Amino acid sequence: MTLRKSLFVAACIAAFSAPAFADTNVTVLHVSENPAQRGLWEKIAADYNASHKGVNVQMKYLENEAFKAKLPTMLQSDSRPDLFYSWAGGVMQAQDKAGFLKDITADVATVDQTLSPTAVDAFKVDGKVVGVPFEQGEVVFYYNKKLFEKAGVKAEDIKSWDDFLAAVKKLKAAGITPIAVGAGEKWPMHFYYSYLVMRLGGEHALTDAKAGKDGGFKSPAFVDAGKRLRELAALEPFQPGYLQTSHAQSSGIFGDGKAAMDLMGQWLLGMQAPNSASGKGLPEEDIGILSFPVVAGGKGKATDTLGGINGWLVSKSAPPEAVDFLKFFSQEKYAKEAAASAAYIPVVKGADASFTNPLFKRLASDLAATTYHQNFFDQDLGPSVGRVINDVSVAVAAGEMTPEAAAAAIQEAADQQ
Amino acid sequence: MSANGWTTLVVFLPPALLIFTVFVALPMTEAAWYGFFNWNGYGRPEKFVGLKNYQQLFGNATFLRSLVNNGLIIAVSLLVQLPLALGIAMMVAGRIVGAAWFRMIFFLPYILADVAAGLIWRFMFDGGFGLPSLVTGALGIAPYYLLADKTWAFSAVLIVTLWKYFGFHMMLYVAGLQSIDKSLLEAAEMDGASAFQRFWHITLPLLGPMIRLSIFFSVVGALQLFDVIVPLTGGGPFETTNTMVSFLYYFGITRMRVGFGSAVGVVLFIICVTFAFGYRRIFMRDD
Repeated sequence: MTLRKSLFVAACIAAFSAPAFADTNVTVLHVSENPAQRGLWEKIAADYNASHKGVNVQMKYLENEAFKAKLPTMLQSDSRPDLFYSWAGGVMQAQDKAGFLKDITADVATVDQTLSPTAVDAFKVDGKVVGVPFEQGEVVFYYNKKLFEKAGVKAEDIKSWDDFLAAVKKLKAAGITPIAVGAGEKWPMHFYYSYLVMRLGGEHALTDAKAGKDGGFKSPAFVDAGKRLRELAALEPFQPGYLQTSHAQSSGIFGDGKAAMDLMGQWLLGMQAPNSASGKGLPEEDIGILSFPVVAGGKGKATDTLGGINGWLVSKSAPPEAVDFLKFFSQEKYAKEAAASAAYIPVVKGADASFTNPLFKRLASDLAATTYHQNFFDQDLGPSVGRVINDVSVAVAAGEMTPEAAAAAIQEAADQQ
Repeated sequence: MSANGWTTLVVFLPPALLIFTVFVALPMTEAAWYGFFNWNGYGRPEKFVGLKNYQQLFGNATFLRSLVNNGLIIAVSLLVQLPLALGIAMMVAGRIVGAAWFRMIFFLPYILADVAAGLIWRFMFDGGFGLPSLVTGALGIAPYYLLADKTWAFSAVLIVTLWKYFGFHMMLYVAGLQSIDKSLLEAAEMDGASAFQRFWHITLPLLGPMIRLSIFFSVVGALQLFDVIVPLTGGGPFETTNTMVSFLYYFGITRMRVGFGSAVGVVLFIICVTFAFGYRRIFMRDD
């Protein structure tokens, strides 16, 4: 045997006979690219490992798309994670239906009382708790204060959809691109459609549509939302070539002050600077927040909020230590740290007081005072119907599809489920 | 068969057969099986729907569009890319100064990762700061966003495919040209054959096997085109730039409609296999 061969054999033997661990391993699989968030989570895991002998919690990262594509296979294999990232909604329900999730209702009952009730409800399937939320977000219009001033637009005067359209016209007249949108990725446009459905149909619009009431997705709320969206897009408020713009590019356009508004989740605040041409973006004191306007005659309230709800799901075979770690993770002190460093908006009640960043503070107080919080439509409905909502939002805005045809397309996708 | 032949068979066949079964036959059979179900990839497929996935597929305007797009890529590959590759191969195959450099330069795009190529061209086509902006800027007209134009966006995919893969075919032709016996060309030249006659009657026929091989690669590659599409257009705008494989990815995998996606895979498999066997039997029999 040559030296190289014997080395190879030795390596193989070493690889297949890893030393037996006395420790209980808990793997946590996530998709976060936010350094502040990851840093905090690593720290929580390290704290837990230090105080719990014989348990080894490991945070593992997978890129977003890869995570979504691999998870179904991973959950059916022996290398499944014990805890994994989730956006709740349709995918979570499918995972539960296939029997991959652990029922942790009794284990986390006390923890859940300390968390935001809407976020807790999002992680229930048929009344059974399958996960623990950690963050909640809100989609709002971020606006450039200087550009608003230049065009003579006053944010505090924008209350209704008509006020908003008037502001868009005013910005355009001043030679400013009113809105940046990354329609190349489609989902940024579905925020408009979703909010319009919420403002028009109120808090029951989506649940009723899912239940097939009042024509399902062909109900007036969905058709009218399409009409309003087209009404906005007909003013040509978006940056030129918006159909090919990616989400990162549109964040940069906003950061460069080349567009006055961006309807986006809280992560825009972390993205506008690195994606801007200058690399500096807008200083935070020049960014304002505007809630999505109410639509006259609609059933929704100005305080109804749309935003993601993220949490951890527990896989069926997870050891009890995994659930114990979740409880440890959900402590108020870590939520306060998340708030103080503006890493994310934690769902632990009372943590919003720890925000020092005024923009995050505003979002957290909106969420604390919400009259109805809706998870992202494309997450809530699951990937099949969700992606159709994204597709039709862009098609309707661009005038490629009528609002009626769009509503019918969503219903068709729902019927195929 | 001699005893020795049997030994060879027993020793060498099982590994190959095992690998083929595990990595080719089994997945294909599984995909064909999943194609009959409405299944999201979780648990076992349970909702049997018969041929409904196929019915939906052939009634789906986006899928039909992606079939047409695959056809367009094949057409452009055969009618533009291969003649171009051959023409450039003729220029750089000889022992002229700098030929090796040019070969390398033309071959470079092929080495580049497809995803990187897609991203680079996405910037090149950008109306705000890419190539079109030079033209629109010079003419003083409004910027033009090719990738946002549903009528012409697919031409961007064609350009990138052409640019990316012609170097590979050029290399095939260079190899073919270099294996042609020079004395044949010299003899023809002495007999007074013109440059075109030499090309048409000597070079082209002798290059035949290489051309047939390059057409084969070109068509199979065109049918499977995927990596360039995702970073370049993502199938948009309005799903006008999908190929069959990107359609499979966007409408099967990302939407977690694994049954439907498997049906797409089966259709793609049938097209590829039919082409591969048909073509080899008819055109490559003697090669």
